[in-house]
Amino acid sequence: MEFARRDAPFIAPKANVASIMRQVLYALMPATIVYVWFFGAGLVFNMLIAIMFCIGGEAGMMLARGKSIRVALGDFSAIVTAIIIAFALPPLTPWWVTATAALFGIVVAKHLYGGLGFNIFNPAMAGYVVVLVAFPVHLNFWVAPRIGDLDYHYVTIFETLSYTLTGTLPDYLTIDAISRASPLDAVKSALSTMHTFAEIHANPMMGDFGGRGWEWISNYIAMGGVWLLLKRIIRWHIPLGVFAGLLVPSGLMYLIEAGNHASPGFYLFSGGTMLCAFFVATDPVSAATSPRGRFVYGVGIGFLIYAIRRWGSYADGVAFAVILMNMAVPAIDYLTRPRIVGHIKHGKAPGA
Amino acid sequence: MSDQNSIAGRLVDGFWHNNPGLVQLLGLCPLLAVTSTFVNGLGLGLATLVVLTMSNVLVSATRRWIRSEIRIPMYVLIIASLVTCIELIFKAGFPALDRSLGIFIPLIVTNCAIVARAEVFASRNSVALSLLDGLAMGGGFAVLLCALGFVRELIGHGSVFARLDLLIGGEVLNGLQLIDGGFLLALLPPGAFFVLGLAVAGKNAIDQRRREAAGFRLSI
Repeated sequence: MEFARRDAPFIAPKANVASIMRQVLYALMPATIVYVWFFGAGLVFNMLIAIMFCIGGEAGMMLARGKSIRVALGDFSAIVTAIIIAFALPPLTPWWVTATAALFGIVVAKHLYGGLGFNIFNPAMAGYVVVLVAFPVHLNFWVAPRIGDLDYHYVTIFETLSYTLTGTLPDYLTIDAISRASPLDAVKSALSTMHTFAEIHANPMMGDFGGRGWEWISNYIAMGGVWLLLKRIIRWHIPLGVFAGLLVPSGLMYLIEAGNHASPGFYLFSGGTMLCAFFVATDPVSAATSPRGRFVYGVGIGFLIYAIRRWGSYADGVAFAVILMNMAVPAIDYLTRPRIVGHIKHGKAPGA
Repeated sequence: MSDQNSIAGRLVDGFWHNNPGLVQLLGLCPLLAVTSTFVNGLGLGLATLVVLTMSNVLVSATRRWIRSEIRIPMYVLIIASLVTCIELIFKAGFPALDRSLGIFIPLIVTNCAIVARAEVFASRNSVALSLLDGLAMGGGFAVLLCALGFVRELIGHGSVFARLDLLIGGEVLNGLQLIDGGFLLALLPPGAFFVLGLAVAGKNAIDQRRREAAGFRLSI
């Protein structure tokens, strides 16, 4: 009788890239619905445009590199990149801005570096940074969230589509009528004009922690993230690192001088913190590899987010923080190599 | 590659195989900083070409009297004198272009492509060959500057050959405005890196194709 001989691993992992990416997409669904409730249908248009261009860019690059298109499109990674780009952009964004971000992320940041598994930078954040630098006007235009203001104008699907396709609103509507500073922007400019954080926080646009409406989107993104944690698709080191890196310095500053500094809770529930901690920084390709390295990587991102929000000229620093720490990954990996069994601590050989 | 010291060999070396910008990656600071428009690239390219050629000639002519221990300071002295002349000529002849290029005209002194040619080539070869080398290397650098300036101006401003009057004088020439506005990133320093990186990649790709073609011919 003959036995089939097999080598380790004996239990084949069930997860593959496609199933992981699908779960990530599921985890963002509740946040998408809440986002659309507060900001209108713009997010959905952005998603569709980003997906179209990400898939187009992915297929084009695979064709140019002489590889199978089916494999690249079947793993959903381009769609995840597209969805994260759409979440990062403001709800009303002209299509060419979204397309630039998507194409740059996929073509330059992903495929010119060798495709999935070889990219140094997170493709979504690289694409977002490019449009943030190249189209500053469009990226600062946020519509007011639907939080029951008396003068609130609900941006209809037609108006959203008009702006997305042409970059202009219908004649009866001006940008000033529907736009509003994002909470991060509002707090930054108010702090710089000698208002205390308590005064700013009393403004009705502020919710419990972040901006009213905005913080709920953060909550739902965090719920999706926790679901990913429970499904073991991501591990806790990077999210915890991001939170620690953001909350410790902002908490210390808030304790020392509560007037001049926004509260740590505000930073936690504003802008892209949650999206970054659970969905962007946890990208397994561009993050550090060892558990300790991942924690350090997360702390670095969190601290850079705080530094850019507090002292930088941009309102939110998530994308820059991720890109900067992507560059630091080789150094982090080198310095946090796990001890090999049997070797002495600190890398010293016995007797050395 | 053809004979190193033939006229054609020198020229091909400077413009292609050993292009200071594309292959040696020297002088990147001015290369990236001023190439936001074609006319800026052309202006700095011509200035660098003149300085490089003249410094090559002077270094080569004096190579028998310069002691090797102090050769680098001597090269720098020669180059700095030439750059000072060029700077004064720019201020007198092309004041607007001089303002537009700003500090990068005096900074030609620190362009390592020039010192590198003095050290590697001019100090070991005859005056005539050094003159040829300076023209080829400076020409290769200038062509690259112009190409980068052309591409970045086209993408960033949507125009072609705008403000050539800065260099040739006369009325304001606005060039060809193909599109209104442009992609801001191409004008910023990161855009310069992207365009240069793509240019280097394109050159390597062409070389590789040629090597493969040559290899196939040999095997037949």
